[in-house]
Amino acid sequence: MRKTILFTVFWLTVAAIVYSCQDASEIEKAKYMSNGKDLYKTYCQNCHGENGEGLGQLAPPLTDTVFLKQNKAKLACIIKNGTNEAMTINGKAYQGKMPDFSNLHDIDLAQVIVYITNSFGNNQGMYDYQKVTADLQNCK
Amino acid sequence: MIKFKNIAIAGFSIALAFGLAACNNNKKLPFYGQREAKVIKDKDGHESIDTVYQTIPDFKLLNQDSVVITQDQFKDKIYVADFFFTSCTTICPTMHRNLKTVYEAYKDNPEVAFLSHTIDFKYDKPSVLKKYAEKLGVNTQKWTFVYGSKDEIYHLAEHNYLVAVQEDSTAKDGYIHQGWLVLVDKHKRMRGAYDGTKTEEVEKLKKDIATLLAEKE
Repeated sequence: MRKTILFTVFWLTVAAIVYSCQDASEIEKAKYMSNGKDLYKTYCQNCHGENGEGLGQLAPPLTDTVFLKQNKAKLACIIKNGTNEAMTINGKAYQGKMPDFSNLHDIDLAQVIVYITNSFGNNQGMYDYQKVTADLQNCK
Repeated sequence: MIKFKNIAIAGFSIALAFGLAACNNNKKLPFYGQREAKVIKDKDGHESIDTVYQTIPDFKLLNQDSVVITQDQFKDKIYVADFFFTSCTTICPTMHRNLKTVYEAYKDNPEVAFLSHTIDFKYDKPSVLKKYAEKLGVNTQKWTFVYGSKDEIYHLAEHNYLVAVQEDSTAKDGYIHQGWLVLVDKHKRMRGAYDGTKTEEVEKLKKDIATLLAEKE
Protein backbone atom coordinates (compact mmCIF):
# COMPACT_ATOMS: atom_id res chain seq x y z
CA MET A 1 0.00 0.00 0.00
CA ARG A 2 2.70 2.42 1.04
CA LYS A 3 4.66 1.56 -2.05
CA THR A 4 1.70 2.35 -4.29
CA ILE A 5 1.25 5.73 -2.69
CA LEU A 6 4.93 6.59 -3.02
CA PHE A 7 4.87 5.40 -6.61
CA THR A 8 1.85 7.56 -7.40
CA VAL A 9 3.36 10.61 -5.72
CA PHE A 10 6.60 10.11 -7.63
CA TRP A 11 4.93 9.97 -11.00
CA LEU A 12 2.65 12.85 -10.17
CA THR A 13 5.73 14.92 -9.35
CA VAL A 14 7.39 13.95 -12.61
CA ALA A 15 4.24 14.82 -14.53
CA ALA A 16 3.99 18.17 -12.74
CA ILE A 17 7.61 19.01 -13.62
CA VAL A 18 7.11 18.12 -17.27
CA TYR A 19 3.86 20.04 -17.38
CA SER A 20 5.35 23.15 -15.78
CA CYS A 21 8.24 23.08 -18.24
CA GLN A 22 5.83 23.11 -21.13
CA ASP A 23 4.02 25.84 -19.34
CA ALA A 24 7.20 27.89 -19.08
CA SER A 25 7.77 27.75 -22.82
CA GLU A 26 4.15 28.67 -23.40
CA ILE A 27 4.57 31.62 -21.04
CA GLU A 28 7.72 32.66 -22.89
CA LYS A 29 5.86 32.62 -26.19
CA ALA A 30 2.96 34.57 -24.71
CA LYS A 31 5.45 37.16 -23.50
CA TYR A 32 6.96 37.43 -26.99
CA MET A 33 3.48 37.72 -28.48
CA SER A 34 2.32 40.53 -26.21
CA ASN A 35 5.53 42.56 -26.50
CA GLY A 36 5.59 41.83 -30.21
CA LYS A 37 2.08 43.19 -30.57
CA ASP A 38 3.07 46.48 -28.92
CA LEU A 39 6.12 46.78 -31.17
CA TYR A 40 4.00 45.95 -34.21
CA LYS A 41 1.54 48.72 -33.35
CA THR A 42 4.33 51.23 -32.91
CA TYR A 43 6.50 50.42 -35.91
CA CYS A 44 4.64 48.28 -38.45
CA GLN A 45 0.91 48.92 -38.29
CA ASN A 46 1.02 52.29 -40.12
CA CYS A 47 1.87 50.59 -43.36
CA HIS A 48 1.04 46.91 -42.90
CA GLY A 49 -2.31 47.46 -41.17
CA GLU A 50 -3.92 46.28 -37.97
CA ASN A 51 -4.65 42.85 -39.43
CA GLY A 52 -1.54 42.58 -41.59
CA GLU A 53 -3.60 43.41 -44.66
CA GLY A 54 -1.02 45.78 -46.18
CA LEU A 55 -1.92 48.96 -48.09
CA GLY A 56 -2.75 48.69 -51.78
CA GLN A 57 0.48 47.94 -53.57
CA LEU A 58 2.38 50.37 -51.41
CA ALA A 59 2.89 47.93 -48.55
CA PRO A 60 2.56 44.14 -48.88
CA PRO A 61 0.29 42.12 -46.61
CA LEU A 62 1.82 39.86 -43.96
CA THR A 63 -0.58 37.03 -44.60
CA ASP A 64 1.54 34.99 -47.03
CA THR A 65 2.56 32.16 -44.74
CA VAL A 66 4.61 30.40 -47.39
CA PHE A 67 6.63 33.53 -48.09
CA LEU A 68 7.21 34.12 -44.39
CA LYS A 69 8.31 30.54 -43.84
CA GLN A 70 10.67 30.45 -46.82
CA ASN A 71 12.22 33.80 -45.93
CA LYS A 72 12.22 33.39 -42.18
CA ALA A 73 15.99 33.74 -41.87
CA LYS A 74 15.80 37.03 -43.82
CA LEU A 75 13.02 38.65 -41.80
CA ALA A 76 15.30 40.11 -39.13
CA CYS A 77 17.55 41.66 -41.83
CA ILE A 78 14.57 43.12 -43.70
CA ILE A 79 13.17 44.77 -40.59
CA LYS A 80 16.48 45.98 -39.19
CA ASN A 81 18.01 47.27 -42.44
CA GLY A 82 14.97 47.99 -44.57
CA THR A 83 14.75 46.80 -48.15
CA ASN A 84 14.03 47.88 -51.68
CA GLU A 85 14.06 44.42 -53.17
CA ALA A 86 11.18 43.37 -55.42
CA MET A 87 9.00 40.68 -53.85
CA THR A 88 6.11 38.51 -54.89
CA ILE A 89 3.61 38.12 -52.10
CA ASN A 90 0.31 36.28 -52.41
CA GLY A 91 1.03 36.15 -56.13
CA LYS A 92 1.31 39.94 -56.48
CA ALA A 93 4.46 41.88 -57.28
CA TYR A 94 5.61 44.58 -54.86
CA GLN A 95 8.36 47.03 -55.64
CA GLY A 96 8.84 49.69 -53.06
CA LYS A 97 11.05 50.85 -50.29
CA MET A 98 10.66 49.71 -46.73
CA PRO A 99 12.48 51.95 -44.23
CA ASP A 100 14.99 50.51 -41.75
CA PHE A 101 14.22 50.02 -38.09
CA SER A 102 17.83 49.96 -36.96
CA ASN A 103 16.82 51.19 -33.50
CA LEU A 104 15.27 47.79 -32.72
CA HIS A 105 17.34 45.39 -30.60
CA ASP A 106 17.60 41.66 -31.29
CA ILE A 107 15.02 40.86 -28.63
CA ASP A 108 12.57 43.39 -30.14
CA LEU A 109 13.09 41.89 -33.60
CA ALA A 110 12.51 38.39 -32.23
CA GLN A 111 9.31 39.46 -30.49
CA VAL A 112 7.86 41.27 -33.47
CA ILE A 113 8.77 38.35 -35.77
CA VAL A 114 7.05 35.91 -33.40
CA TYR A 115 4.00 38.17 -33.35
CA ILE A 116 3.81 38.47 -37.14
CA THR A 117 4.46 34.78 -37.85
CA ASN A 118 1.78 33.76 -35.33
CA SER A 119 -0.92 36.26 -36.27
CA PHE A 120 -2.93 37.13 -39.40
CA GLY A 121 -3.55 33.45 -40.11
CA ASN A 122 0.11 32.46 -39.59
CA ASN A 123 1.03 29.84 -37.01
CA GLN A 124 4.77 29.23 -37.04
CA GLY A 125 5.73 28.97 -33.36
CA MET A 126 8.68 30.40 -31.45
CA TYR A 127 11.72 32.17 -32.81
CA ASP A 128 14.06 33.34 -30.08
CA TYR A 129 16.46 36.24 -29.99
CA GLN A 130 19.62 34.10 -30.29
CA LYS A 131 18.30 33.05 -33.68
CA VAL A 132 17.92 36.72 -34.61
CA THR A 133 21.52 37.41 -33.62
CA ALA A 134 22.65 34.53 -35.83
CA ASP A 135 20.44 35.59 -38.76
CA LEU A 136 21.70 39.17 -38.62
CA GLN A 137 25.24 37.86 -39.26
CA ASN A 138 24.11 36.77 -42.70
CA CYS A 139 22.43 39.96 -43.91
CA LYS A 140 23.35 40.93 -47.42
CA MET B 1 -52.53 63.30 -7.69
CA ILE B 2 -50.18 66.24 -8.00
CA LYS B 3 -47.29 63.83 -8.23
CA PHE B 4 -48.89 61.96 -11.09
CA LYS B 5 -49.51 65.20 -12.92
CA ASN B 6 -45.85 66.22 -12.54
CA ILE B 7 -44.68 62.91 -13.86
CA ALA B 8 -47.09 63.15 -16.77
CA ILE B 9 -45.82 66.64 -17.65
CA ALA B 10 -42.20 65.54 -17.41
CA GLY B 11 -42.88 62.53 -19.58
CA PHE B 12 -44.70 64.63 -22.14
CA SER B 13 -41.83 67.15 -22.27
CA ILE B 14 -39.27 64.42 -22.81
CA ALA B 15 -41.35 62.87 -25.57
CA LEU B 16 -41.74 66.29 -27.19
CA ALA B 17 -37.98 66.93 -27.02
CA PHE B 18 -37.28 63.59 -28.71
CA GLY B 19 -39.93 64.29 -31.31
CA LEU B 20 -38.44 67.68 -32.15
CA ALA B 21 -34.94 66.25 -32.33
CA ALA B 22 -36.15 63.59 -34.75
CA CYS B 23 -37.78 66.25 -36.95
CA ASN B 24 -34.59 68.29 -37.12
CA ASN B 25 -33.51 67.11 -40.56
CA ASN B 26 -31.83 70.26 -41.81
CA LYS B 27 -28.73 69.85 -39.68
CA LYS B 28 -25.86 72.11 -40.68
CA LEU B 29 -22.15 71.70 -40.27
CA PRO B 30 -20.13 74.47 -38.60
CA PHE B 31 -17.91 76.91 -40.47
CA TYR B 32 -14.16 76.90 -39.81
CA GLY B 33 -11.59 79.68 -39.95
CA GLN B 34 -11.86 83.47 -39.71
CA ARG B 35 -15.12 85.24 -40.36
CA GLU B 36 -16.04 88.86 -40.70
CA ALA B 37 -19.21 90.86 -40.70
CA LYS B 38 -19.87 92.76 -43.89
CA VAL B 39 -22.45 95.47 -44.26
CA ILE B 40 -24.46 95.03 -47.42
CA LYS B 41 -27.04 97.40 -48.90
CA ASP B 42 -30.06 96.13 -50.74
CA LYS B 43 -31.52 98.02 -53.67
CA ASP B 44 -33.70 100.21 -51.44
CA GLY B 45 -30.64 101.36 -49.52
CA HIS B 46 -31.43 99.35 -46.41
CA GLU B 47 -28.30 98.14 -44.70
CA SER B 48 -27.99 94.69 -43.27
CA ILE B 49 -25.10 92.61 -41.97
CA ASP B 50 -23.89 89.48 -43.67
CA THR B 51 -21.24 87.05 -42.42
CA VAL B 52 -18.34 86.33 -44.73
CA TYR B 53 -16.55 83.07 -44.03
CA GLN B 54 -12.98 82.14 -44.80
CA THR B 55 -12.63 80.48 -48.19
CA ILE B 56 -9.90 78.58 -50.01
CA PRO B 57 -8.35 81.02 -52.51
CA ASP B 58 -7.66 80.18 -56.16
CA PHE B 59 -4.66 78.00 -56.72
CA LYS B 60 -2.65 76.66 -59.63
CA LEU B 61 -0.90 73.39 -58.97
CA LEU B 62 0.46 70.52 -61.02
CA ASN B 63 -1.46 67.28 -60.77
CA GLN B 64 -0.06 63.73 -61.03
CA ASP B 65 -0.16 63.99 -64.84
CA SER B 66 1.83 67.27 -64.80
CA VAL B 67 -1.29 69.18 -65.86
CA VAL B 68 -2.07 72.48 -64.16
CA ILE B 69 -5.26 72.30 -62.13
CA THR B 70 -7.24 75.12 -60.54
CA GLN B 71 -10.38 75.32 -58.47
CA ASP B 72 -12.39 74.75 -61.65
CA GLN B 73 -11.85 71.05 -61.05
CA PHE B 74 -13.84 71.34 -57.80
CA LYS B 75 -16.66 73.47 -59.17
CA ASP B 76 -19.99 72.29 -57.71
CA LYS B 77 -18.20 69.63 -55.69
CA ILE B 78 -17.39 69.20 -52.06
CA TYR B 79 -13.92 67.84 -51.42
CA VAL B 80 -11.64 66.48 -48.75
CA ALA B 81 -8.12 67.95 -48.70
CA ASP B 82 -5.02 66.74 -46.90
CA PHE B 83 -1.24 67.16 -46.79
CA PHE B 84 1.15 64.21 -46.98
CA PHE B 85 4.26 62.94 -48.75
CA THR B 86 4.90 59.63 -50.45
CA SER B 87 7.95 58.54 -48.46
CA CYS B 88 6.26 59.26 -45.12
CA THR B 89 6.24 56.22 -42.88
CA THR B 90 4.53 57.68 -39.84
CA ILE B 91 0.98 59.00 -40.08
CA CYS B 92 0.44 59.18 -43.86
CA PRO B 93 -0.14 55.49 -44.58
CA THR B 94 -2.75 55.38 -41.82
CA MET B 95 -4.37 58.61 -43.05
CA HIS B 96 -4.64 57.32 -46.58
CA ARG B 97 -5.77 53.87 -45.48
CA ASN B 98 -8.62 55.59 -43.63
CA LEU B 99 -9.31 58.16 -46.34
CA LYS B 100 -9.51 55.35 -48.87
CA THR B 101 -12.52 53.95 -47.00
CA VAL B 102 -14.23 57.35 -47.47
CA TYR B 103 -13.21 57.28 -51.15
CA GLU B 104 -14.72 53.81 -51.53
CA ALA B 105 -17.96 55.01 -49.91
CA TYR B 106 -18.33 58.03 -52.24
CA LYS B 107 -16.49 57.00 -55.40
CA ASP B 108 -19.69 56.84 -57.43
CA ASN B 109 -20.90 60.25 -56.28
CA PRO B 110 -19.82 62.92 -58.80
CA GLU B 111 -20.28 65.66 -56.20
CA VAL B 112 -17.49 64.38 -53.96
CA ALA B 113 -13.74 64.68 -54.66
CA PHE B 114 -10.43 64.23 -52.88
CA LEU B 115 -7.29 66.37 -53.05
CA SER B 116 -3.94 65.39 -51.55
CA HIS B 117 -1.07 67.90 -51.52
CA THR B 118 2.48 66.67 -51.17
CA ILE B 119 4.71 68.67 -48.85
CA ASP B 120 7.87 66.98 -50.17
CA PHE B 121 8.70 69.50 -52.89
CA LYS B 122 12.15 67.91 -53.41
CA TYR B 123 11.23 64.34 -54.22
CA ASP B 124 7.48 64.03 -54.90
CA LYS B 125 7.39 65.19 -58.50
CA PRO B 126 4.18 64.47 -60.46
CA SER B 127 5.50 61.13 -61.77
CA VAL B 128 6.15 59.97 -58.20
CA LEU B 129 2.63 61.02 -57.23
CA LYS B 130 1.19 59.13 -60.17
CA LYS B 131 2.96 55.96 -59.16
CA TYR B 132 1.79 56.42 -55.59
CA ALA B 133 -1.85 56.82 -56.68
CA GLU B 134 -1.60 53.69 -58.82
CA LYS B 135 -0.19 51.70 -55.94
CA LEU B 136 -2.78 53.03 -53.54
CA GLY B 137 -5.34 51.87 -56.08
CA VAL B 138 -7.37 55.03 -56.61
CA ASN B 139 -8.76 56.81 -59.67
CA THR B 140 -6.98 60.15 -60.03
CA GLN B 141 -10.01 61.76 -61.67
CA LYS B 142 -11.70 61.41 -58.32
CA TRP B 143 -8.74 61.60 -55.94
CA THR B 144 -6.21 64.07 -57.28
CA PHE B 145 -2.64 64.43 -56.08
CA VAL B 146 -0.92 67.78 -56.48
CA TYR B 147 2.58 69.14 -56.45
CA GLY B 148 3.59 72.75 -55.91
CA SER B 149 6.53 74.83 -54.80
CA LYS B 150 7.34 74.89 -51.10
CA ASP B 151 6.00 78.45 -50.74
CA GLU B 152 2.70 77.72 -52.47
CA ILE B 153 1.93 74.48 -50.67
CA TYR B 154 3.09 75.56 -47.22
CA HIS B 155 1.16 78.81 -47.49
CA LEU B 156 -1.99 76.97 -48.58
CA ALA B 157 -1.60 74.51 -45.72
CA GLU B 158 -0.99 76.96 -42.93
CA HIS B 159 -3.02 80.01 -43.94
CA ASN B 160 -5.89 78.48 -45.87
CA TYR B 161 -6.50 74.91 -44.78
CA LEU B 162 -5.07 75.62 -41.28
CA VAL B 163 -2.88 72.52 -41.23
CA ALA B 164 0.60 72.80 -39.75
CA VAL B 165 3.40 71.52 -42.02
CA GLN B 166 7.13 71.89 -41.63
CA GLU B 167 10.45 70.72 -42.96
CA ASP B 168 12.41 69.20 -40.08
CA SER B 169 15.81 67.60 -40.48
CA THR B 170 15.53 65.95 -37.06
CA ALA B 171 12.36 64.04 -37.99
CA LYS B 172 12.96 60.54 -39.33
CA ASP B 173 11.42 61.25 -42.73
CA GLY B 174 12.51 64.91 -42.95
CA TYR B 175 9.09 66.54 -42.51
CA ILE B 176 6.51 66.89 -39.79
CA HIS B 177 2.88 67.71 -40.38
CA GLN B 178 -0.61 67.28 -39.02
CA GLY B 179 -2.94 64.60 -40.26
CA TRP B 180 -6.11 66.65 -40.70
CA LEU B 181 -8.61 65.78 -43.38
CA VAL B 182 -10.30 69.07 -44.22
CA LEU B 183 -13.83 69.09 -45.61
CA VAL B 184 -14.55 71.93 -48.08
CA ASP B 185 -18.04 72.81 -49.32
CA LYS B 186 -19.19 73.94 -52.77
CA HIS B 187 -18.51 77.58 -51.85
CA LYS B 188 -14.88 76.81 -50.88
CA ARG B 189 -15.64 77.19 -47.19
CA MET B 190 -14.15 74.81 -44.63
CA ARG B 191 -16.83 72.82 -42.88
CA GLY B 192 -14.94 70.19 -40.95
CA ALA B 193 -11.51 68.89 -39.92
CA TYR B 194 -10.95 65.29 -38.90
CA ASP B 195 -7.88 63.51 -37.57
CA GLY B 196 -7.12 61.08 -40.40
CA THR B 197 -5.26 58.70 -38.10
CA LYS B 198 -8.33 57.97 -35.98
CA THR B 199 -10.95 55.63 -37.43
CA GLU B 200 -13.79 57.09 -35.34
CA GLU B 201 -13.11 60.61 -36.68
CA VAL B 202 -12.99 59.28 -40.22
CA GLU B 203 -16.38 57.62 -39.64
CA LYS B 204 -17.66 61.03 -38.58
CA LEU B 205 -16.26 62.52 -41.80
CA LYS B 206 -18.29 59.98 -43.79
CA LYS B 207 -21.47 61.02 -41.99
CA ASP B 208 -20.66 64.72 -42.30
CA ILE B 209 -20.17 64.41 -46.07
CA ALA B 210 -23.72 63.05 -46.28
CA THR B 211 -24.97 65.93 -44.11
CA LEU B 212 -23.13 68.48 -46.24
CA LEU B 213 -24.50 66.99 -49.46
CA ALA B 214 -28.02 67.23 -48.07
CA GLU B 215 -27.56 70.79 -46.78
CA LYS B 216 -29.84 73.35 -48.35
CA GLU B 217 -28.15 76.48 -49.63
